Amino acid sequence: MIDAIELLLNTNLWAAVLRIATPLIFGVLGALLCERAGVLNLGIEGIMTMGAMTGWLTVFLGGDLWMGLMVAAIAGGLIGLLHAGLTVPLGLSQHVSGLGITLLASAVSYYIFRLVVDVGNLPPTIEPFRAVDIPYLSDLPVIGAILFSQTAPTYLALMAVVVMAYILAHTPLGTAIRMTGENPHAVEAQGLNPMRIRIGAVVAGSALMAVGGAFLTTAAFNSFFPEMVQGRGWICIALVVFASWKPGKALVGALLFAFFDAYQLRLQTVIDGVPYQLFLMAPYVLSIVALVLVARRAQVPAALMAPYRRGER
Amino acid sequence: MRLERRSHVPLHIVFIAPVAAVCVALSLAAGLIAAAGVNPLTAYMELLRGALGSRLSISEMLTRATPLIFTGLAAAVAFRARLWNIGAEGQFFMGALMTAWVGHSLSLPGPLGVVILMLLGMVAGAALLAGPAVMRLRFGVDEVVTTLLLNFIALLFVGLMIEGPLRDPLAFGWPSSVPVDGAYRLPDLIPRTRLHYGLIVAIGAAGAVWLLFSRTVFGMESRATGLSAPAARFAGISLPGTLMGVAVLSGALAGLAGSVEVLGVTAGVTTTMSPGFGYAGIVVAMLAALQPAGVVGSAIFVATIFVGADAMSRATGVPSFIADVIVALCLLSMLVALLFTTHQVRR
Repeated sequence: MIDAIELLLNTNLWAAVLRIATPLIFGVLGALLCERAGVLNLGIEGIMTMGAMTGWLTVFLGGDLWMGLMVAAIAGGLIGLLHAGLTVPLGLSQHVSGLGITLLASAVSYYIFRLVVDVGNLPPTIEPFRAVDIPYLSDLPVIGAILFSQTAPTYLALMAVVVMAYILAHTPLGTAIRMTGENPHAVEAQGLNPMRIRIGAVVAGSALMAVGGAFLTTAAFNSFFPEMVQGRGWICIALVVFASWKPGKALVGALLFAFFDAYQLRLQTVIDGVPYQLFLMAPYVLSIVALVLVARRAQVPAALMAPYRRGER
Repeated sequence: MRLERRSHVPLHIVFIAPVAAVCVALSLAAGLIAAAGVNPLTAYMELLRGALGSRLSISEMLTRATPLIFTGLAAAVAFRARLWNIGAEGQFFMGALMTAWVGHSLSLPGPLGVVILMLLGMVAGAALLAGPAVMRLRFGVDEVVTTLLLNFIALLFVGLMIEGPLRDPLAFGWPSSVPVDGAYRLPDLIPRTRLHYGLIVAIGAAGAVWLLFSRTVFGMESRATGLSAPAARFAGISLPGTLMGVAVLSGALAGLAGSVEVLGVTAGVTTTMSPGFGYAGIVVAMLAALQPAGVVGSAIFVATIFVGADAMSRATGVPSFIADVIVALCLLSMLVALLFTTHQVRR
């Protein structure tokens, strides 16, 4: 018991929280952007897998790490374009299309990986992002090691939260996106094209998701293997609800989830006699509990999942 | 150019739609096969031969189709009522685990025991979906996320049980649960193959679901709920009652898939016993346009792709992940094809 509490005082734990949260932050921001414009994107799990694969492969084939993230973003955006094409102009079921996108993007990722890379006994590795010590700040006691000694994409994720929150709340573009998710007919009346806004939001959101996936293979680990996204995409979909579609709360949600994930991993080492699967289950169970607690109060975008057809109500 | 709802759906379009969707999917996948340096036509011939080329391969394909019929029905039943049950994978495992657990120490005469074990598998599957259904009805929690997350929880739970209380002490290698008693194993349908009587049960289930949907009040109510929830409520249909009924039925079918797989093929439960039967069930249901009668055919098609792709991969070196690509492409192209059965393009 004392050990379990001592774990909480370890800066390693808190630094890990930020690291584990990073792909979730990218993913949840991406999902949030799509949903704010009125499109549920269940392709997220597959898009993150695609991002993980393309990001890794780019570096493996000689590109640098930032190029890897770029390629991942482009690949994610293209898949997002497919999802947008099916759900916005054609108005198809966002649930089924999203699941189809996840199946397709995951399968294509594994296929291309198997085709290009010769997987022997051990999966090949790349040289991943290193932690960057921010001058002076990283020397601060406790906080320095937690906040200012992370990899570059983690800083990028934190900045993305601020940028997303600012764009959605304080710019004309953000107003247009939010309005498209609430009432696309009103957007049309303003002389804007709600279809274009939705397509743009889904493409941009999917690019963010893919960068989150790429973080897994270029910073958190150094290799790609099937099933490595492990439901992180679905967690992001849950986090969007938990965050009530707000970027700031989404950050809190991602950190909270990452905390439980990091903590259960360490608890396994100090608590004996409890099957490790129970610890692994905990974050998923807590996600469901969190959903139940917040669902009643959630402010769902009014036109989420409602296809928009011009002149039709 | 705009889409306009057809005033009536010509019958030939209903049959052309899935064929066209499959053709589009196969030609798109051909690009990826060509990228592997293999002639797509050769690859597809190998695929067909691998799945349908011999008595053994056909029996293997039908063995694979059996659980897909059940999970396909589970998805079709739920999706018709717009209950997004993506948790068939977890429900499959709960049904399998329940069957292996009880079936290991049950002492009842064979046929009665089999029926009891299947029913218990159905209860386990239904119980796992009842949770998300209640959470949706009581708290407004979207069932997509909860059923998806429960897949991970269920799989971890299976791992916990088969490494702990239900571990088979005689199994070597990967952990496995205790096997069901030999008295309850389903007999072979074709001697000296893995194909078992579960296929007959699956086809019977498809028939039963078809009857339920086309000939009963419950079937009509669940369809009405899916077409328009407000209209259904206005017509006096109890939404919670219907959705709970649909959830129990859908979960039971997915649980039965796991139960029959244990009774017919694996005897014990392992965490690797399902190559995504639950998720593939969604594709099966969509290819059948959510029609229970069509599910048998589309399950056979999807099983052909999966079994055939393994053989094709061995023969040509094309990674067997191509099967998942083809199946996913079929799902998306079928989704578009279905739109054109109900809508037409007007200039």
